[in-house]
Amino acid sequence: MAKLTMVQAINLALRQEMEKDDRVIVLGEDVGVDGGVFRVTEGLIEQFGPERVLDTPLAESGIAGFSIGMALYGLRPVCEMQFSGFSYLAFHQMESHAARLRGRSLGRFSVPMVLRAPYGAGVRALEHHSESREVYWAHTPGLKMVIPSSPRNARALLVSAIRDPDPVVYYEPKALYRAFREEVPDEEETFPIGKSHMAREGRDVTLVSFGAMMHPTLQAAELLKEKDGIDAEVIDLLTLAPLDDSLFTASARKTGRVVVVHEAPRSFGAGAELVARLVEKSFLSLEAPVRRVTGFDLVIPLFQREMDYLPGVHRIVSAVRETVQY
Amino acid sequence: MPKKEIELPYRVSYLSILDENGQLDKELEPDIPEDLLLKLHRGMLLARRFDERMLTLQRQGKIGTFAPIKGQEASQLGAVALLEPSDWLVPSFREMPSELWRGKKMENILLVYGGYNEGGHIPSDLNDLPVSIPVGTHPLHAAGIAYAMKYRGKKDVAMTFFGDGATSEGDFFEAMNFASVYQVPLIFVCQNNQWAISVPRSKQTRSRTLAQKALAFDMPCIQVDGNDILAVYAAAKEAVERARSGGGPTLMECITYRMSVHTTADDPKRYRTDEEVAEWEKRDPLVRFQKYLKDKGLLSDEKIQAVDEEVKSEVKAAEGRWEEITRKTPDPLDMFEHLYAETPPHLLEQRAELERELAEKRKEADNG
Repeated sequence: MAKLTMVQAINLALRQEMEKDDRVIVLGEDVGVDGGVFRVTEGLIEQFGPERVLDTPLAESGIAGFSIGMALYGLRPVCEMQFSGFSYLAFHQMESHAARLRGRSLGRFSVPMVLRAPYGAGVRALEHHSESREVYWAHTPGLKMVIPSSPRNARALLVSAIRDPDPVVYYEPKALYRAFREEVPDEEETFPIGKSHMAREGRDVTLVSFGAMMHPTLQAAELLKEKDGIDAEVIDLLTLAPLDDSLFTASARKTGRVVVVHEAPRSFGAGAELVARLVEKSFLSLEAPVRRVTGFDLVIPLFQREMDYLPGVHRIVSAVRETVQY
Repeated sequence: MPKKEIELPYRVSYLSILDENGQLDKELEPDIPEDLLLKLHRGMLLARRFDERMLTLQRQGKIGTFAPIKGQEASQLGAVALLEPSDWLVPSFREMPSELWRGKKMENILLVYGGYNEGGHIPSDLNDLPVSIPVGTHPLHAAGIAYAMKYRGKKDVAMTFFGDGATSEGDFFEAMNFASVYQVPLIFVCQNNQWAISVPRSKQTRSRTLAQKALAFDMPCIQVDGNDILAVYAAAKEAVERARSGGGPTLMECITYRMSVHTTADDPKRYRTDEEVAEWEKRDPLVRFQKYLKDKGLLSDEKIQAVDEEVKSEVKAAEGRWEEITRKTPDPLDMFEHLYAETPPHLLEQRAELERELAEKRKEADNG
């Protein structure tokens, strides 16, 4: 057990899976000698050599399509998109082939690959380095979409993603890469894809979030307890697709009030799906309209304004108060 | 010495062995065993007849849209004949001759174009990917497969087919680049059939040849007369041998012609003349190869007639099997199979939804 940052935890997952299974190959831009621009893959090329840790040409579609081919042959490629904002070139490969080859071949082939990409705002980056576009992937039948929120679950979920028989898009909240440390066990740990997690039990209101936004959400829950005596239940989705709606719809039936938090634009965002599931499965228990605390329907502004764009504790607390008082 | 020529390791050459008049270049003639020559002829004829039959079935409304192959039999079979069963074929959507050669069942092809996913079935001993429709995207898969072969120390190769239009796609260049950087055992076979739907080869690129695109990646390349099966075979043999012995990828450009429509939804009269088509009909790869085989004493008109009858009855038998399968009306609920290894709960719910709907419809039909 060691206290690791999320970067170190992801690195641990990659290293241990590569030690265990020679089918696992890491590839992407600058992932070898440089160890990745965020140092997530640091030390891997030294340990496993350039045949298993590939500094690829600078071509996102190429990286995804090449990975698909490796996976079809039986390898377990883990490819990196340097920033999720550059992953759209790979989208065609993932949507048109990774997601479909199992079905197209009636199960003769499968594409057990992981596409990793740092996503989200809050690190004072350039344009194209701060987006949150998880629903593009989550909307695509045949893909799985995972977003961890802490070093420990990042490690466990990545191990599960690498072992998954189907393509997994794994978004890494880069704002959390080095934000805090957490105890991560040395021994193997997995967390099932397609399961959400009860991050905080409560009885007055349900907050649902994922990824980087879990932190302002949990902070807001503490503040609401302290200042208003509101006891919030907080659910961490961890997987967006396939979405586990059992926990949050059950929680809604208990509390009757729900606030959804994500940093992506509001319209057609993950929150829209969550609200729909709540209406379908918890309608008669709802005491207030479900609130969406989200990024605005904008291209995210450059970094001087990014904290005003992003949902923070203030925006979440206000929404919860209104929901509870409704 | 401020300015000097940079020597490139490769040049573009053009290969023709059996010309459109049936003239043979004896020096270049590849040594192909007689049984393989006859097998190639049979494969070409089978593909030609099956293609014709599919066109009829489409016009009768029995199958949906498909991309005919007429005219491209030699430019495919000459190359795919070099593959071993353990090699991988990565086709686009106009590779029916290659797919049949490798062992795909005609009834499965009819199932796909007849609108049933079940046709996607690939036998477990066949290393061929299913048809890939988004133009130019699949050579990357072939590059990844070939990388994996090399990583595993296999002597196998991958071969991927695509058209002239595909060479304008970014993914094509990315595949060429990855294949070259990692020196993987892969043969890129471009079916330059002159037309990308309505856009002629001349508008697709200013490049004098498509083969020369390989030079940007220091990759060996060759342009061949794709309607000359001997030339295609000879070029592919060299490329496959190079790939198998660790010499990396090759780009082959086969000059051929799409004698039929782009797909059955297309009307070529809008963009090309009958004269042009007539010119290319003179270069028909099947007629040319038959002349060669007759000159060699391997075939006669009677023998050709007999093979023709054989392949036609093969097509007919496959059609019968296809009709038999569709008569049983595959279960609509099977659409929920094979999206994931394990069907997640939300899909089980949606499957149950459709199951209810189908039951209600059956009930309504029974009552109605």
